[in-house]
Amino acid sequence: MMTENIHTNTTNEPSTIDPVIVIKDLKKGFGDRVVLNGFSIELRRGESLVVLGKSGSGKSVLIKCIIGLMLPDSGTIEVLGKNIESLDHKHMDELRSHIGFLFQSNALYDSMTIRENLQFPMRRHLGRLTRQEVNSRIMETLTNVGLANTVDMLPSELSGGMQKRVALARALILNPQIILYDEPTTGLDPITAREISKLITDIQHKYSTSSIIISHDMNCVKQTADRVALLLNGVCYAIGTYNELLHSDDENIKQFFE
Amino acid sequence: MKLFAPIRSFLSETGSVARFVSRYFQEIFQPRYEVRQFIRQCFTIGYKSLPLIGITGFIMGLVLTMQLRPTLLSYGVVSKLPVMVSLAIVREIGPVISALIFAGKISSSMGAELGSMKVTEQIDAMEVSGTNPFKYLVVTRVLAATLMLPVLTVLSDAIGLYGSYLGVNIKDHTSLGLFFFEVFNTLHFGDVLPATIKTFFFGFAIGIIGCYKGYNSSKGTEGVGRAANSAVVISSVVVFIIDLLAVQITDVLGLN
Ligand SMILES: Nc1ncnc2c1ncn2[C@@H]1O[C@H](COP(=O)(O)OP(=O)(O)OP(=O)(O)O)[C@@H](O)[C@H]1O
Ligand SMILES: [Mg+2]
Repeated sequence: MMTENIHTNTTNEPSTIDPVIVIKDLKKGFGDRVVLNGFSIELRRGESLVVLGKSGSGKSVLIKCIIGLMLPDSGTIEVLGKNIESLDHKHMDELRSHIGFLFQSNALYDSMTIRENLQFPMRRHLGRLTRQEVNSRIMETLTNVGLANTVDMLPSELSGGMQKRVALARALILNPQIILYDEPTTGLDPITAREISKLITDIQHKYSTSSIIISHDMNCVKQTADRVALLLNGVCYAIGTYNELLHSDDENIKQFFE
Repeated sequence: MKLFAPIRSFLSETGSVARFVSRYFQEIFQPRYEVRQFIRQCFTIGYKSLPLIGITGFIMGLVLTMQLRPTLLSYGVVSKLPVMVSLAIVREIGPVISALIFAGKISSSMGAELGSMKVTEQIDAMEVSGTNPFKYLVVTRVLAATLMLPVLTVLSDAIGLYGSYLGVNIKDHTSLGLFFFEVFNTLHFGDVLPATIKTFFFGFAIGIIGCYKGYNSSKGTEGVGRAANSAVVISSVVVFIIDLLAVQITDVLGLN
C-alpha cells in the first residue's frame, strides 16, 4: 500500500524531474498502414517504463524510432536532450553508446562467438580498454545473466532462452544510461523469466539506468514497472502505475490485466 | 499500365543500385577503416574459390589444347598450339571462366549471408552498436572481391597454361621450359593488361551485386534465397556485359 502511494504521486504529469526521452506526437506508417498516430510519452531519469500493447500495435516500431533505426514520418524524439533527427552519424553513434538495445529477435551475430558478440559494441572503446579489462567486463556481464561458461560457443549452440540472455548481456555491456528492452522475457521459462525481471530491476537500481520495457509478461511488468503505458490504436491510451491500471474500470485497459 | 510495370521496376532497381554504388565510393575513402575485417574477407574469398577456379582453369587449358590440335594440324601449324591456347586463355577464357565461377561462389554467398543478417536484424544490431554496417560488411567484401579476382585469375591462367602444356605432351613432346618460352614470346603487354584490368571490374561487379542483393533482401527465408539466387544470375550476366564493353574499349584504344 505504501509503495503504491509513492508511485501514484510521481505519475501525475507534468513532471519536473528531468526526462531522458521525450517523444512528442510521433507518427509512423508503412504505405497506407498507420502504425503510430501521434504517440507522446516521457521517460524520466531512473524510472522503468513498461509499454503494453497488442501484437502488431507498433511497440517495436516505437523503440526502433527512438534508437534511430526507423525514421518517424512526423513528430519529435529527444533523447538525453538531443533531437535525434538533427544528429549526424558521428553524434548519433555517440548517443547510441549511451543506449542499450535488446532486440525482440535477439539479433545475435551468428558467425561470431558469444565473446565476439559481446566485444562488438566495445570495438570503439578498445583503444581505451586493455584486453584484460575487456575480458573481465565480458565475464562479469555474462555472469550477471548466468552464462559464464558459454563464452566461447556460437549462438546456434545455445537454447533460445540462453540466446535471449546473451542478447541481454550485449545490451548491457557498455553500462548504458538508457536501456530499451523489446520483450526481454518472452520465450523463457517462468523461473528464468523471473530472474531476468530481477536482473532488470537490479541493474536499474545499481546503475540508476532509465529503461523502456516492452512486455506481455504480467509478472515481469509487475516486478519491473514504475509506470505502465498502454499503446492502443497508435496513441498512448493510458499511463500510470501498475496498480492504477490494474484497478481501472476502462474495458480497453482491463483486457490486458486478465 | 501493366505493360510498363516491369520497366518501371527495372528503372527503380537500377536507380537504387546506382545509389548503393555511390554510397560505396563515399564510404570507402572515409576514415575508420575496417582493416581486419577486410583482410579476413580477402582470405575467405580467395581461399573459398581457389580450388574451384584452379580446377576449372586446368581443365580449360587441357581441353582447349586437345580440341584445337586437329584444326591446327590440318593447317600444318600444330607448332602454334601454345601460341593459340595461351592467347585464348589469357585474353578471354581465364578471366571470364574465373569470373563466372567467382560469381557463382562468392556473389551467392554474399547475398545469402548479408540477406540472413538483414532478416535477423543483425545489420540493425551493428548500426545500434556504433559500427557502420555498410562499411563493416559491404565495403570490406566488395573491395576484397575487387582485389582478389585478379589474383585468382592470374593463378587460374597459370594453372590453365600448365594444363595446356600437359595437353600438348599427350601427342607431341615439348619441355616445360620451351612451352613457357613460346607462351611468353607470344604474350604482349597489350594482351595481358586489358585482360587484367577487366578482372578488377568483374570482381567489383560481382561483389557489389552480391552485397546489394543481400543488403536489400526482403524479409523471410524466401527473401534470402531469392537474394542469393538473383545475385548469381545478375552478376553472371553483368560479367558478360562488361566483357563486351571491355573488348570494344580495347579495340578503340588500339590494344587488340
Ligand atoms: N519494416 C517494416 N515494413 C513494413 N511494415 C512494418 C515494418 N515493421 C513493422 N511493420 C508493421 O508495423 C506494425 C507494427 O509492428 P511492430 O513490430 O512494431 O509490432 P509489435 O507491437 O512489436 O508486435 P509484437 O508484440 O508482435 O512484437 C505491424 O503491422 C507491421 O506489419
Ligand atoms: Mg515487437
